[in-house]
Amino acid sequence: MATTVKAHGEDHHDHPHGWRRYVYSTNHKDIGTMYLVFALVGGLVGGVLSIGMRLELMYPGLQIFHDAHMFNVFTTAHGLIMIFFMVMPAMIGGFGNWMVPLMIGAPDMAFPRMNNISFWLLPASFTLLVISLFVEGEPGAPGVAAGWTIYAPLSTTGHPGPAVDFAILALHLAGASSILGAINFITTIFNMRAPGMTLHKMPLFVWSQLVTVFLLLLALPVLAGAITMLLTDRNFGTTFFSPGGGGDPILFQHLFWFFGHPEVYILIVPGFGIISQVVATFAKKPVFGYLGMAYAMVAIGGIGFVVWAHHMYTVGMSTATQAYFVVATMVIAVPTGVKIFSWIATMWGGSLEFKTPLLWAIGFIFLFTVGGVTGVVLANAGVDRSLQDTYYVVAHFHYVLSLGAVFTIFAGWYYWFPKMSGYMYSETIGKLHFWLTFVGVNIVFFPQHFLGLAGMPRRIADYPDAFAGWNLVSSLGSYLSGFGALVFFFGVAQAFMRKERAADNPWGAGATTLEWTLPSPPPFHQYNELPLIK
Amino acid sequence: MLVLKRLAVVAVTVLAILAGGGAALAGLGQPSPWQIGLQQSASPVMGDIVWFHDFLLIIITAITAFVLALLVIVIVRFNARANPVPSRTTHNTLIEIAWTIIPIVILMVIAVPSFKLLFFQLNIPAADLTVKATGKQWYWSYNYPDNGQIEFDSLMLKEGERKEGQPRLLAVDNEMVVPVNKTVRVITTGADVIHSFAVPSFGIKIDAVPGRINETWFKATREGVYYGQCSELCGKDHAYMPIAVHVVSEQAFAAWLEEAKKKYARDVVVPPTSVAAAQSITR
Repeated sequence: MATTVKAHGEDHHDHPHGWRRYVYSTNHKDIGTMYLVFALVGGLVGGVLSIGMRLELMYPGLQIFHDAHMFNVFTTAHGLIMIFFMVMPAMIGGFGNWMVPLMIGAPDMAFPRMNNISFWLLPASFTLLVISLFVEGEPGAPGVAAGWTIYAPLSTTGHPGPAVDFAILALHLAGASSILGAINFITTIFNMRAPGMTLHKMPLFVWSQLVTVFLLLLALPVLAGAITMLLTDRNFGTTFFSPGGGGDPILFQHLFWFFGHPEVYILIVPGFGIISQVVATFAKKPVFGYLGMAYAMVAIGGIGFVVWAHHMYTVGMSTATQAYFVVATMVIAVPTGVKIFSWIATMWGGSLEFKTPLLWAIGFIFLFTVGGVTGVVLANAGVDRSLQDTYYVVAHFHYVLSLGAVFTIFAGWYYWFPKMSGYMYSETIGKLHFWLTFVGVNIVFFPQHFLGLAGMPRRIADYPDAFAGWNLVSSLGSYLSGFGALVFFFGVAQAFMRKERAADNPWGAGATTLEWTLPSPPPFHQYNELPLIK
Repeated sequence: MLVLKRLAVVAVTVLAILAGGGAALAGLGQPSPWQIGLQQSASPVMGDIVWFHDFLLIIITAITAFVLALLVIVIVRFNARANPVPSRTTHNTLIEIAWTIIPIVILMVIAVPSFKLLFFQLNIPAADLTVKATGKQWYWSYNYPDNGQIEFDSLMLKEGERKEGQPRLLAVDNEMVVPVNKTVRVITTGADVIHSFAVPSFGIKIDAVPGRINETWFKATREGVYYGQCSELCGKDHAYMPIAVHVVSEQAFAAWLEEAKKKYARDVVVPPTSVAAAQSITR
């Protein structure tokens, strides 16, 4: 009996090779790698779409689009792709799959085959979304142009063609993928921690994933319900969102944002975890206020479910409703502040080593603060009345997502790249990538605050001439950021070609989590003997 | 370099505050090139919004500058060269309580004017005039129910239709006309999909939702033409359905009403015969 277990455990050389290794994979590291590659592809497509939009908006008038419909298709696809096919796969599927089992001392995920289907639903979902771009949406024009929020009735009577149906089915598959993944992570984290790894000893990255997957599990079924009703409204004569049959378009918005607001925390909370690991590692100091940090994430996740209608201050809600959502929304600033200050306190007294991951982390802390404080402005319904649906909102959520979440993804990428690939990346290229991106994205998004204050609505392909100046600046910044992305891909290719071996722990004494006790890259199966946590 | 870049960001933010105070840069009724603040106020509500926004801008700039300063100190004092031996501090109850309580106090300070503004916006005073704005793909229709059901469509002026000085994508053929210094109640609805009626200078934005009637109000304090744009994605030509409100003197408004009654005369009031016909159908 004991010998069989041993033989099975040391069976390193007998794992599947070639395409079978990936297509049939039940290995959390291989699946994590596939998620990361998928996110890179998604990011590339979504990034090209955003450059397309900035090209169009560079000057007043229509430059590259034949009509405004196609521009709206671009904004819609950019939003959906960046959320569902870039940030989520990178954060949860990629880093989560790779690092959660390693960090809690588990040999693999709890349900390895479910992990496989979680991943493979995504390419299917992405395919459906791509198909939606080429079939009729609005009358006589291809693609979904209703925004990622697909508000009814624009997404029902406004889009008679089948494009929205394809997009809905794409969202269904992506949602199913996420729910299955969430179940897997919850089971793994609750049941497969190594002996001695209590919940209060778990690395904050694992805490962040735990909070995130609970948000996924609770929020995505609501989206599934909402878009199913949308589907039946479109195809089977129901009238959930159609006043003609007693339905209400606003009901869709409530359902959508009940999912949508937790969703934006799903995008950023794993990043909080990454930043905590990176900051502690390069400050060579344990995280300051560990419990406060963990429960701040729990609080953000919890409050995130009761603030949704702050996206809807202009739909005509009662005074009491708006007042409640103002208060609830502002409360979120408190745990978020705890996180920002705890990261700074972690660095305070530390011995900072400015490796590339730390640059991204510090960049994140500052930019997330900027995005956070504009969030406080927008929380106030009184002033949001002027800013709702303007570029101020676009600037705000790109500061927290494009500059927030994406910066954390790059911090995690450079931090774990040596562990995952076994090769060191080039610090020079990594830092060049950081500075190009940091400067670039600020040029893109800071002027958008000005545009929003001046009243420029979002989701328009052409704008009044007075908005031309800052739009030009913003577009130029996007080309610089795009160049930064090329430097990133070059850096990845260069690291794989240079093949400089990474040590088990390239970061030194500050890297205390379990993944750094393993070789780089880790063996196909790790922890033949479970580590004991003291 | 890091420090310099961040100082530049702060400088830009400070500039934004200054501009928020000096409204000279902002246009009246429409945006101006390189504008960095809110549009000039032309209603009491917008006046309060501008004040509240400037108030918030000071607070958030201070918070951002504080975080930035902390980061700069950390970078300068606690890098590996300056501080080779890291401390092991992981807790400090006092400071953890402080950074929980102080933000709460700041939020409460924000909440007071915020609620004042919110209630000012949403408690609609007795109106001198009601205008109904219906959002349609892709233009607005205005109806004056108090004044003989005048109803007309307001379409964006295309290339070649604009007169000298009329702004592109904002000017329309038939402006909504209202008297100055009168409380105007705007009720909105959507005919097909959701649109949103917004006039930045008045500080109003209210969705026009099919099957619903929403309302808001404004009191224009200065004569002139005030522009806005549809503010909810409504399909292909979302960018091309501007809102133009022409604020005129009371006399000019009375004259316009007379003219409009003739110009836009429509049989909106259902004649008795057709009511009878409708009833017979129901029967």
